[in-house]
Amino acid sequence: MTTTMQAPVPTFDDPDTEGRKLAIICSKGSLDMAYPGLVMANAALSEGVEVHMFFTFWGFDIINKKTLGHLKFSPVGNPATHMPPSLMGLPGMTSFATHMMKKQLQGLDIPEVPEFLDLITAAGGHLWACRMSADMMHLDEDDLHDDVEAIISAADFVELSAGAQVLFI
Amino acid sequence: MTIAQMDGREIHVDQEGFVTEYDDWDPDLADLLATNIGLELTRRHREVLEFLRQDYRQQGETPTLRRVTAVGGFPTRELFRLFPKKPAKKMSYVAGLPKPVGCV
Repeated sequence: MTTTMQAPVPTFDDPDTEGRKLAIICSKGSLDMAYPGLVMANAALSEGVEVHMFFTFWGFDIINKKTLGHLKFSPVGNPATHMPPSLMGLPGMTSFATHMMKKQLQGLDIPEVPEFLDLITAAGGHLWACRMSADMMHLDEDDLHDDVEAIISAADFVELSAGAQVLFI
Repeated sequence: MTIAQMDGREIHVDQEGFVTEYDDWDPDLADLLATNIGLELTRRHREVLEFLRQDYRQQGETPTLRRVTAVGGFPTRELFRLFPKKPAKKMSYVAGLPKPVGCV
């Protein structure tokens, strides 16, 4: 049906969502577990939501300069690959699976991890590193992605995520 | 489908107010759409809109924010400055295109 009327105007600046905050705790460093956090952070930012990402434990690999460009996907113990488990542990399987996953992501025009981090910070997202993980791995700020704002304690993160929706990945 | 009166003529829009017919749009309509959401278009805004329109025509879908940066060459920071808070949706609204469907 066609009707003629006054043009509706989208409500982009809904006061109900004003001040919305999202805090994402990234605790895993494999390729397949890095992406959910990066994608959600980026989506939230483009919706005008304030975003804080806190990298802890294995999630440190996502911001460690030495590893962030080389995250891997291991099919071992992952039933979602729908492949015989006995094959998954064969030599070379991790790099093969990583290669395949990267190719799929590339085909969808999804950026690689380093570019994704740049995109998130350019969109105003905040990156924070976990103090305990840094101490365990003997890393300091120089070892981390340049846009990581600081190495902070768990208590600091709890404080800065006040009022936020929290995602643990 | 809804036909709305805008700029002294009939424009096809969806329920939210996004223009649904590519050819209903022209730069004057962009000014009006921008005013609707509290924006005043500068030359730079128009360059972004031009890229969106052109890319839509070639690809058949509205470019995502990342594509506007990666292919169009407009830095993400600038897009957030030109179209504050929700650049992807605001850009497509003013450009008379559907919202981008991609996740990234």
